[in-house]
Amino acid sequence: MKVALFATCLVDTMVPQVARATATLLERLGHEVVVPAGQSCCGQMHVNTGYRHEAVPIVANHVRAFAGAEAIVAPSGSCVASIHHQQAAVARRAGEHALADEAELLAGRTYELSQFLVDVLGVTDVGAFYPHRVTYHPTCHSLRLLRVGDRPLQLLRAVRGLDLVELPGADQCCGFGGTFAVKNADISTAMLTDKMANVLSTHAEVCTAGDASCLMHIGGGLSRLRAGTRTVHLAEILASTEEAVNPQQSTKPSVPA
Amino acid sequence: MPAFGTGSGAVALRFRYRKRESAMTAVFLGIPTAPRDVGHLRGDQSFPDAARGALRDGQLRANLGHATSTIRAKRARVVGEVPDWAELREAGRAIKAATMARLDEHLIALEEQVTARGGTVHWARDANEANAIVTRLVQATGADEVVKVKSMATQEIGLNEALEAAGITALETDLAELIVQLGDDKPSHILVPAIHKNRSEIREIFARTIPGVDPELTDEPRKLAMAARTHLRERFLRARVAVSGANFAIAETGTLTVVESEGNGRMCLTLPETLITVMGIEKVVPTWRDLEVFLQLLPRSSTGERMNPYTSLWAGVTPGDGPQDFHLVLLDNGRTAVLADEVGREALHCIRCSACLNVCPVYERAGGHAYGSVYPGPIGAVLSPQLTGVEDNASLPYASSLCGACYDVCPVAIDIPSILVHLRAEHVEAQTRTTPEAAAFRALSKVMSSPRLWHLAQRAAGLGRFLARGKPTLPAALPPPASKWTRTRDLPTPPRETFTQAWAREHGR
Repeated sequence: MKVALFATCLVDTMVPQVARATATLLERLGHEVVVPAGQSCCGQMHVNTGYRHEAVPIVANHVRAFAGAEAIVAPSGSCVASIHHQQAAVARRAGEHALADEAELLAGRTYELSQFLVDVLGVTDVGAFYPHRVTYHPTCHSLRLLRVGDRPLQLLRAVRGLDLVELPGADQCCGFGGTFAVKNADISTAMLTDKMANVLSTHAEVCTAGDASCLMHIGGGLSRLRAGTRTVHLAEILASTEEAVNPQQSTKPSVPA
Repeated sequence: MPAFGTGSGAVALRFRYRKRESAMTAVFLGIPTAPRDVGHLRGDQSFPDAARGALRDGQLRANLGHATSTIRAKRARVVGEVPDWAELREAGRAIKAATMARLDEHLIALEEQVTARGGTVHWARDANEANAIVTRLVQATGADEVVKVKSMATQEIGLNEALEAAGITALETDLAELIVQLGDDKPSHILVPAIHKNRSEIREIFARTIPGVDPELTDEPRKLAMAARTHLRERFLRARVAVSGANFAIAETGTLTVVESEGNGRMCLTLPETLITVMGIEKVVPTWRDLEVFLQLLPRSSTGERMNPYTSLWAGVTPGDGPQDFHLVLLDNGRTAVLADEVGREALHCIRCSACLNVCPVYERAGGHAYGSVYPGPIGAVLSPQLTGVEDNASLPYASSLCGACYDVCPVAIDIPSILVHLRAEHVEAQTRTTPEAAAFRALSKVMSSPRLWHLAQRAAGLGRFLARGKPTLPAALPPPASKWTRTRDLPTPPRETFTQAWAREHGR
């Protein structure tokens, strides 16, 4: 299958190794990966901060960039949820009905990574090797907007060498919430503290998730505390093999001390 | 202005019409929101400021953490055992949506039925009118004391304060409301107004404020309940007037409903000669059969019980049985304005179960007082700003990480996260001057909708790596607004090259 990779603005700009791992994984599974050069952002940050008018041209750019793609995959539950639940709505509200229709069609072909692997490709064992103690944080938008359920856990259980430990209070938000982390920094930090306490209670080396944004939040907190536990995106774990623990998916903390 | 029967405009029209009938002075200027000079819908501080203070209260965090996790588990258990919960929830949502679409008709039917059964219906456009009506009705009885059934509507309008100003004492009889009243405190939860207090704090309040209380009073729940019972019993027996709210009002029969756990409400609803019920206009349901749905949804969602212990239903006046003088005050106080917003109106479907508060990670840490309104938590964050106009509660729509836990547990499926996002936009679009944030987001919109500008901006962001001086994270001391992040979390050093740049280079573009 020819898969168009939507890196997402945050991954592309801040943690490119997550998009790289996604591409590596999909190619290893025998698929052709294309990365449309015109891509930027899904518009979620604008919509969720109250700038829904300003989000419309961003949605239009996204639709232009991915026009004609057979399947679009993004290593982010939150961005895919925005594509599914927000893009067409903001376009329609602005009276851009043609754009809204296109966005809806595109959303129907857009998948979060774990959903794409399990539902579309029908694989749970992707042939990965990752000899570490790992706990999984099911991010809110993957959990409640996309309903990815236990797909990421199915994928992780099939990874050789991986010791999966359950995260207490897993369904609790880490406190990121986009601009919430800045506008309500104190509450956000209080939520992060409790999430970190749960992560650290597992004695896992690695906390993983399907969203780089939430991981940047949890990882940023763990790094500030000089905690040994690091955050690694699900795509990086799944891309890792015995033969190729490539430098991009090293076992170093994603936000090291 | 649309004709009768088409939703919000029609209700506004009916209120205007009633007003003309009674006073002949009203001039209608748009759909009014809740007035500023009265009631408890607005706080003194913005949410982030109030929350910052609350976060330092370790006892509050412990009390809330314990209480909300207990009730969350209870709710999950009793909801999980209902095989058709999803269908019930959808039925609840559908009944509410259909009722709101013809709210004016249902209210008029309710008025006709209540009147036919010997009750009197009063239409209150806002908190001031409602308070004046209730005060006048109490004064007409000659009583200087009323007993109260737990009611959010009367807390919303500040009825106790209005009665006090007229020399009338209002006694809260719900145990948690009593604790709040005796402690000269404010409610912090819709269902459990004293959720922020633990039992040793409650013991201290009782020991300090209840006259003649047993000096040996301990913090054993049974002992505390008995102390409140002794205190309240005498007041129930001497009360001549009661004031209540209503959970539901059935239009086809004129029946009012109060559901409760303690039976204190039942005492108020049956013993006094006069009963005055203050009810938000959104509480009406069309038919008796609709109760079947809500009486299943509400107790399981609120107290985590299969059925609440006391459900009181009454219609008008029954000779020789219960209050012989019944008044129903229908309260708007901004609700018609909420109804006019096609996204936000879903907030009026709320049946005040509090399930959204109990699962909210923000509520659990900030507590109810930080919201500044009698309606805290996720539902408060969408309801209060709409009742007052978003500018008067502008920080509340942002008081959420949009985690969606509230939507999942809502028994009538109110999409609270979507309403929060909608209200943020309403707030942004109401600004007449360009804020620095708006300027930044507008510029970013231009950049993100042009691949050329976006790549330039990414390169500029990549230059941030020089701030790190070779370290893997950026310095903690960055200028605002980045400092809001870096005060408590590290930021990774941006990479030299983005993924899309590297990919284009490798694939020869």
